[in-house]
Amino acid sequence: MEQFQVRGTVERRAVGHRHQAITGVNASGNLEVLVERALPEHECLVDVSTAVTGFRGIWEAVIQEFFARSSPGGLRFSINDGGARPDTVTLRLMQSVRLMETEA
Amino acid sequence: MMDWQKQRSERDARLDAGSRHASGKMVAPESAKALFEAVIRPGDRVCLEGDNQKQADFLAEVLASVDRSRIHDLHIVQSGVVLQAHLDLFERGIARKLDFSYSGPQGAAIARALAAGKIELGAIHTYIELFARYFMDLTPHVALIAAVQADRDGNLYTGPNTEDTPTIVEATAFKSGIVVAQVNEVVDQVSRVDIPGDRVDFIIKSDQPFYVEPLFSLDAAGITENQILMAMMAIKGIYGEYGVRRLNHGIGFPTAAIELLLPTYGEQLGLKGKVATHWALNPHPTLIPAIESGWVEQIHSFGGEVGMEDYISARSDVYFTGHDGTLRSNRLICQTAGLYACDMFIGSTLQIDLAGNSSTVTEGRIAGFGGAPNMGSDVHGRRHPTAAWLKAGREASDGQTTLIRGRKLVVQILETFGEKMKPNFVETLDSVAMAEELKFDLAPVMIYGDDVSHIVTEEGIANLLLCRGPAEREQAIRGVAGFTDVGRARDRKAVEALRQRGVIRRSEDLGIDPLAATRQLLAAHSIEDLVTWSGGLYQPPSKFRNW
Amino acid sequence: MSNLLQPQEADWYEAPARERVAGLLDPKSFAEFVGPEQHAMSPHLAQFDLTGAFDDGIVVGRGRLDGQEVFVAAQEGRFLGGAFGEVHGAKLVGLLRAARDGAKRGGPLAVLLLLDTGGVRLQEANAGELAISEIIRAIVEVRSAGIPVLALVGGRAGAFGGGGIITACCSRIVVSEHARVSVSGPEVIETNKGVEEFDSKDRALVWRVCGARTRYLTGGADRYVKGRIQDFREAAIALIPHAPPFELATLKAEQRRLAERLQHFGDCHDAPEIWRKAGLPQPERIAEITDDAFLAIQRPKGADHDAR
Repeated sequence: MEQFQVRGTVERRAVGHRHQAITGVNASGNLEVLVERALPEHECLVDVSTAVTGFRGIWEAVIQEFFARSSPGGLRFSINDGGARPDTVTLRLMQSVRLMETEA
Repeated sequence: MMDWQKQRSERDARLDAGSRHASGKMVAPESAKALFEAVIRPGDRVCLEGDNQKQADFLAEVLASVDRSRIHDLHIVQSGVVLQAHLDLFERGIARKLDFSYSGPQGAAIARALAAGKIELGAIHTYIELFARYFMDLTPHVALIAAVQADRDGNLYTGPNTEDTPTIVEATAFKSGIVVAQVNEVVDQVSRVDIPGDRVDFIIKSDQPFYVEPLFSLDAAGITENQILMAMMAIKGIYGEYGVRRLNHGIGFPTAAIELLLPTYGEQLGLKGKVATHWALNPHPTLIPAIESGWVEQIHSFGGEVGMEDYISARSDVYFTGHDGTLRSNRLICQTAGLYACDMFIGSTLQIDLAGNSSTVTEGRIAGFGGAPNMGSDVHGRRHPTAAWLKAGREASDGQTTLIRGRKLVVQILETFGEKMKPNFVETLDSVAMAEELKFDLAPVMIYGDDVSHIVTEEGIANLLLCRGPAEREQAIRGVAGFTDVGRARDRKAVEALRQRGVIRRSEDLGIDPLAATRQLLAAHSIEDLVTWSGGLYQPPSKFRNW
Repeated sequence: MSNLLQPQEADWYEAPARERVAGLLDPKSFAEFVGPEQHAMSPHLAQFDLTGAFDDGIVVGRGRLDGQEVFVAAQEGRFLGGAFGEVHGAKLVGLLRAARDGAKRGGPLAVLLLLDTGGVRLQEANAGELAISEIIRAIVEVRSAGIPVLALVGGRAGAFGGGGIITACCSRIVVSEHARVSVSGPEVIETNKGVEEFDSKDRALVWRVCGARTRYLTGGADRYVKGRIQDFREAAIALIPHAPPFELATLKAEQRRLAERLQHFGDCHDAPEIWRKAGLPQPERIAEITDDAFLAIQRPKGADHDAR
């Protein structure tokens, strides 16, 4: 098991007023993402907990790319990963940002 | 004096020898081996019907059991090397040379046999190429075919899985060849005449019906959210954008996802009647919801699909059916329709390189080509215009306006990673190394990069038509190759510039909401749902029944 | 709204636990207890090198069903097979006890258990077993206080092991075709009794033995619904007013019902034999017909009851 954090600084605050959201499930090839509006507006952070070791480099690349693409300023993401591929990680992160734009 | 009728005399001699084992055209199954030893000569070109789906399996077993001292060194010319018996011919020295097209289930065995020198390979062809050569330089001396019914005059009903049979018989019968058919039953009058009796020499009723492989029954339960996201991008960014009405889908989960999203997502986009109306397609069960929802005007099929027979008969406005009510398929004709009368091919592959070349060769397996290289190619011989073809042609012409040609949309849709994190984007295709090892003249490429118009991955759509030159094409491909090594080695500035120009479009550029990419969007979630959509007409084979 | 479908129109089987709750209850009426932001996670999984879930695989809370307050628990069947662990079980026990205690003040109207579970989480076996016992006792207490407890089963995991027993303790049971309700799982039966006795890979067999249609036709479930969340919602609304009281008379009636069922069908080896004995039309085809055709079948005598 690996646990690590990836931080970023982005230009724009994540749109919306919702305080928290959750999407996905910790199952094989899948992941659970809890997102909370808990940080200063231009900071973002992802806490990763994963059972599959040795892919930290890809996780960091995926997350940094997500920060650049979605600019989720002010959001803290917590992940329980069940061995998801990078494309699924990206999709879940993008879905969680979209949920924060909607009404609770 | 030159004898210009040698082949005819030869045929008469063989028929005479064979007639000793026949009563009229009828041969008992126990006499099949003796018949073969009478009508087949060493070195003959033999076409054993190994189609994509239908297999003349009884005749294959018989051929594999003949006396090797009497029949040897055959040159096998057939579309599909699918059964163990097909390979046994080479193991046992009954056959020596092979020209074929597709070897899906036997991909590993063929690679081994080739490496061990058991098979002298002529070439691996596409379906149409091989059919074409049946009429040029690979004309069969003997054709061993499969049919559903025969009457005593030799008229054959080949049914929904007619597939390659008319083409094989045309080449063989009209060049003094011998045609032997295994049939499921002998009747007084066939349901319809698919093959006229005067082209058929011998008929054997086999104990078991000929084998048909269900190849196109994908279980929607396996479709993932990323495949749904890609399918949404394809529908909006390509089908809708170009107005694609006439198309062919390769087999795979992404295309199955597209078929199941037409009645839901396609409906939301207002595309019904505007796209996906005319199809060159096998009877995919996953298209049932779109058909039932009124999307489809017409489908022509290469072959049949197990379990779809009653549904097809009940939807004769859509499918090609005979006056008897059952499907009539034809691989040669459908391939031609896919080539010249379709504006788009879309399918998946296993590997793509930096120029957009793709291949299904992976280490130790040679699957052959089948029909994909034909479907997935731009045909220079086309002349009639459609909006989609003209638009693609304009995009490819890079500003030039005089004497430009249209372009067929050839779309590769695939995830960046395959199973076990195997990257689908590579610097060099595995087939290059395989070609060196097996001493092929050319590395087997399924679809060449310069035929590809678009690549769709979960990261977005790359429009290769808009790329100016190989360097841009490389970055466009890297720009959708995700987090594979190929993707991570992208020039970020170049990719951003391509995105600004619309050469690369991400899902957000297409206005697609990632929250919508869920399995709830599929019109059917399982094979059982398809049965419900079809009103019970679709009867999946038992291996798919899981309830 | 970005999704095409309204939440109730969505498919139950394909939906995660929270979406089932959202579609089942009146819009925006759900308030979650011990939500994922509290990270009340399993303290045991890490030592098995397993990652957890922020809600330990179960969503609990209160909301409104057709305007009336209900308590809801929904298991996430895709997380460790929806199995009961320590925190998971404690959340459900707590919910049930809160319902019991709330009975004195008039509410909730019912407790809805959206079960999707393979039983006890092996990594937390003792805690899981204890929790299930506490849950069963708590269900009895809730029912005794006059609050019906409904089981809604239709997910990937079914309701197996302790989950099957919990289901059978509920006032009313709603199933969709995907559901299976049983105690021993198919693989366990095969391992212990051999594949000739029970081939766990024969899905048709599994469903014939413990699947929704069999349960419904033998009185082991009260409603059989089509697969949308809306169908479960309508069934729950309809069943709550008709839930049997939890009293001695009901238990005795249940014993009689079960004894009669055993007497009539106890020598049958497979479902079609039961259907044939019960005089149902086309017994061999019951598993294959559409939901509409299945719902049109008149249930055998004794299947329609309020003895639970």
